[in-house]
Amino acid sequence: MKVVFERPKTLLEKPFTYCPGCHHGLAQRLIAEVIEELGIADRTIGVGPIGCSVYIYEFIDVDFVVGAHGRAPAIATGIKRSLPDRVVFSYQGDGDIAAIGTAEIIHVANRGELITSFFVNNAVFGMTGGQMAPTTLLGQKTKTTPLGRDPQVHGFPFRLGECLSVLEGSAYIARVALTRPQFIRQAKECIRKAFLTQMEGKGFSLIEILSPCPTNWGMSPKEAVDWLEEKMIPYFPLGELKVKGCNSRETP
Amino acid sequence: MEKILMRGNEAVAEAAVRAGCRLYFGYPITPQNEISEYLSFRLPQVGGVFLQAESEVAAIHMVYGAAATGARVMTSSSGPGVSLMQEGLSCLAAAELPCVVVNMSRGGPGVGNIQPAQSDYFQAVKGGGHGDYRLIVLAPSTVQELVDLTYRAFYLADKYRNPVEILGDGMLGQMMEPVTFREPEFPPLPPKDWAIRGKGSGPRKWVVCLDLDPKGLEALNLKLQRKYRLLEEQETDYDTFGDPEPEILLVGFGTVGRILKSVVREGKKEGLKLALFRPITLFPFPKAALFEKAKGVKGILVVEMNLGQMLEDVELVVRGKVPVFFLGHTGGVIPTVSEILEYVHGLLKEEIRV
Repeated sequence: MKVVFERPKTLLEKPFTYCPGCHHGLAQRLIAEVIEELGIADRTIGVGPIGCSVYIYEFIDVDFVVGAHGRAPAIATGIKRSLPDRVVFSYQGDGDIAAIGTAEIIHVANRGELITSFFVNNAVFGMTGGQMAPTTLLGQKTKTTPLGRDPQVHGFPFRLGECLSVLEGSAYIARVALTRPQFIRQAKECIRKAFLTQMEGKGFSLIEILSPCPTNWGMSPKEAVDWLEEKMIPYFPLGELKVKGCNSRETP
Repeated sequence: MEKILMRGNEAVAEAAVRAGCRLYFGYPITPQNEISEYLSFRLPQVGGVFLQAESEVAAIHMVYGAAATGARVMTSSSGPGVSLMQEGLSCLAAAELPCVVVNMSRGGPGVGNIQPAQSDYFQAVKGGGHGDYRLIVLAPSTVQELVDLTYRAFYLADKYRNPVEILGDGMLGQMMEPVTFREPEFPPLPPKDWAIRGKGSGPRKWVVCLDLDPKGLEALNLKLQRKYRLLEEQETDYDTFGDPEPEILLVGFGTVGRILKSVVREGKKEGLKLALFRPITLFPFPKAALFEKAKGVKGILVVEMNLGQMLEDVELVVRGKVPVFFLGHTGGVIPTVSEILEYVHGLLKEEIRV
């Protein structure tokens, strides 16, 4: 009998600790699959965030470093500069990467640092209990925007991928979602391209992964998936934002 | 051995390279820019990495990442920059990662100014960032000692898996003195089998600075405290100078130490029995040695380029058994030999009473 589907060995057997309907588990599984398929688990170092996915080092079978809130890109820089032949990736949520760690991610991208960043965007601060994130949509109610996000007060949802794609140092940037089998296949291909961009020395790579947060959105997993597709994807369009050093949206 | 005339900032940079430091991350701030400028050409000569970070916050976390790989790594800054690094220093201490941080301190608080001061003593010695942790803090008073302590800083960082701060000041960083680079011989260090280098064929490892389990986090804290006690037992260092049976014991660190040496010499000419006690390790503080040295003196005069920070540690050591006096300037004002001597004469005239 032919095995058509199994747990990648790079994904440890420990059950995920994420809430039902959260896509952190899916995202980490895809990263583990790509690491395994590229055969780089023995020389890959991950850098974890602070937030719901702080325990990522318990799930993926590679070496890990976890530091302070938002600083993963700087930590990854220190690791990569010390060990240039290793594959280094960071994994962060939207509060971590697009609020407290904005300076670090922008400069990592601008230096063309040979690392790959995974950015899980669920439009809310997850671990702290559902406060407004920089990616919270206009009108979206959170613990700190009880009347909905008002641009006059809170500014606008932050499109980090687009922001980084205009920098010379970024080489591959894509935004993906995991709400449909087709999206999952596309996401995995993007993750593979991101790692290859790093391994081929082309520059910085980032994959933005839209994820539902049913717990903090106050929805069932099914409602959250629908809300993500109806509300988030129109504002955060899916696709490759930048490929191999040319901005696909601006360059003819 | 050849003597070279070097500025303090360049000497500490050269000593770091000779001590095996191969990565430096930093952000410009006066009065320590010569450290970065020197390492920007010197590190590439030995296959090392110099990287100018976008902020001190980023710099210290780059240090965190590089330290996690087991490399010898350094950063340097001053006053406001070191304040920005406190988050990372707390994480480095929690993750037990070795690194060296040089603080050529300047006048504070706030942006303050760029003149030499010692007002970062509390920040360096008492923890600085959040949580129950300590840095190893070394306080050189000459450019030669800055060189020697730089070698020792990297050794102690590796030996104890703890960040080390070299607490100098703008004067020490900017002054030029002849130095020799005497490579010290330290006992061998244990292998860095904890370093994160990719798991290879072995089991995977991780370096983190968190533990969400209360018992686990308390256990980490107790382990750190045992390390700090061991440091107090094994690594305290100080210098003494002057009369073996002084009436007044002068206590000062770093730049002030060299001023107090002149006070002891000048005082002797005027018939004063003075001695200097200069802590070289500010943490661990040389408590036992100072306690012994304080026996039989009429009084202790603490002199600092701040308004009384190490003073509190001196008072804790003597516990009211000897009267402790203080003379301090801050904001870049440097105490002079004559004003300190005048203060000492005043103390003796008033017939110090316990």
